[in-house]
Amino acid sequence: MSRNIIPIGPQHPALHEPEHFQIIVEGETVVDVKPRIGYVHRGIEKALENRTYIQGAFLVERVCGICSNAHQCTFMMAAEEAGGIEVSEKAQFIRTIVAELERIHSHLLWLGAAGLEIGFETLFMYVWRDREVVMDLLEAISGNRVNYAMNILGGVRRDISPELADKIRKGLDYLEERTNYYKKLCLEESTIHKRTEDIGVLDPVTGVKLGAVGPTIRASGVKFDVRKNDPHLKYDEADFELITWDTCDTFGRVVVRVLETIESIKIIRWCLDHMPKKGDIMPEKLIRRVPEGEAYSRFEAQRGELVYYLKSNGTDKPYRVKIRTPTMANILSLAEILKGCYIADVPIALASIDPCFSCEDRVTFVDIEKGKTWTWTREELRKYSREFNEREKRW
Amino acid sequence: MGLLSRLIKWARIKSPWILHLNTGGCNACDIEVLATLMPRFDVERFGIILMGSPRHADVLVCTGPITKQMKPRFRKLYEQVPDPKFVMAVGNCACTGGVFKGCYGIEGGIDTAIPVDIYVPGCPPKPEAIIDGVAKLLAKLQNL
Ligand code: SF4
Repeated sequence: MSRNIIPIGPQHPALHEPEHFQIIVEGETVVDVKPRIGYVHRGIEKALENRTYIQGAFLVERVCGICSNAHQCTFMMAAEEAGGIEVSEKAQFIRTIVAELERIHSHLLWLGAAGLEIGFETLFMYVWRDREVVMDLLEAISGNRVNYAMNILGGVRRDISPELADKIRKGLDYLEERTNYYKKLCLEESTIHKRTEDIGVLDPVTGVKLGAVGPTIRASGVKFDVRKNDPHLKYDEADFELITWDTCDTFGRVVVRVLETIESIKIIRWCLDHMPKKGDIMPEKLIRRVPEGEAYSRFEAQRGELVYYLKSNGTDKPYRVKIRTPTMANILSLAEILKGCYIADVPIALASIDPCFSCEDRVTFVDIEKGKTWTWTREELRKYSREFNEREKRW
Repeated sequence: MGLLSRLIKWARIKSPWILHLNTGGCNACDIEVLATLMPRFDVERFGIILMGSPRHADVLVCTGPITKQMKPRFRKLYEQVPDPKFVMAVGNCACTGGVFKGCYGIEGGIDTAIPVDIYVPGCPPKPEAIIDGVAKLLAKLQNL
């Protein structure tokens, strides 16, 4: 059978950043994938060397807007460890709460987007409506809907008052009810089953070998979660379960994310109950300089393990910062996940690792044998995907 | 004004189709643009629909600074949008380069590559601010 190459990207209208994939297909089946990354390369690591820790905190937050707190918190944790800076108990609790609220927002966002990919738009609208509740809570805590800027060296910027805690509890009750509904929906609804089961399979051995992280690897049944394996913040005391699923496919990744949302709600409740009533949330005097040192900090961001390496030299600017984001770790497994998929399943399989880019805007099909080229937009690809599934009676 | 041009103008104001494009920003603006289209803020009531292809779009909604890698591709995309086209720069870094100013990978704001009609500042701007930008854009269409 002839081999065709489908380049996907780099423009993409709906979500996320520009990225490019060359998908090599034989007939309907994907046989290989070559990602080409770097369209959003801005040079943040270098820029951090020229900015103070305080300025840098706002820059790292903007590595990715969806995991903004994860980035900032990891950066601060690295700097604190390198310089031996103490963080108060209460600040740790607040950091954990914000991190988990962010996880809920990100997982719900993903669930909605996944609904869109499989042509389940009602789910998309429902989830995004409920997600506004988390956004409101985050805004109430930090003052901004997306980039929270909560962390400073040695603490957090804002406190959670008892009234605010009550408000958060109320919001969580609503979210829990809704998430339980989505859980039921994901486990029972046949649209989701049929479009995600046995699609984008990643077996645990390959996944571990290729260094997959986060929900991607947990859906393959591997118990890997930094919150349990190498606890940071308050995760060593918090009472929650490590969610895994052993179907190894896209369905597993959906379920893991929904179940994790429920665990996150549990963690936040636990934090609110155990948070010290009194205590400082930040050091008395703003810390500007970090003593000389080196640190490596890990954080379980929504998409998986996030790693920061930081070397300080006693001034108010870091000497070197290295960032390894979860999508970077997952991109190798993405090739494995897509292999063997039908073209129609590429959008959802691609989305299943929750990539921080992904872009199926413009799809050009090149038939190498006939030397023919044609272009599809993401909408057309989606339409094709739906028609194909109807034809094959896979709904 | 002839009947036909009045009709076209009416149609343009009642249903501006947008193409949303990230040229290297941090995603936060993108999710806010999307949130603006979702049930709570719902700009779809103005007839705004998110399109997948530049050839279908009237308005280009851009987020993020222009990275060096994206610039040529972005120009190409802009050229594909049929006339008359409008550009809305959402977010500080689309307006000026914002927080990324000075990074070696970026060129600056959107206006270093293409002309911009509406600037919506904020990092990220709240959906309310984006809606305000949309309303201003619609007013601009009115006076076309
Ligand atoms: S303006 Fe701010 S929030 Fe928006 S893309 Fe740029 S850095 Fe991100």
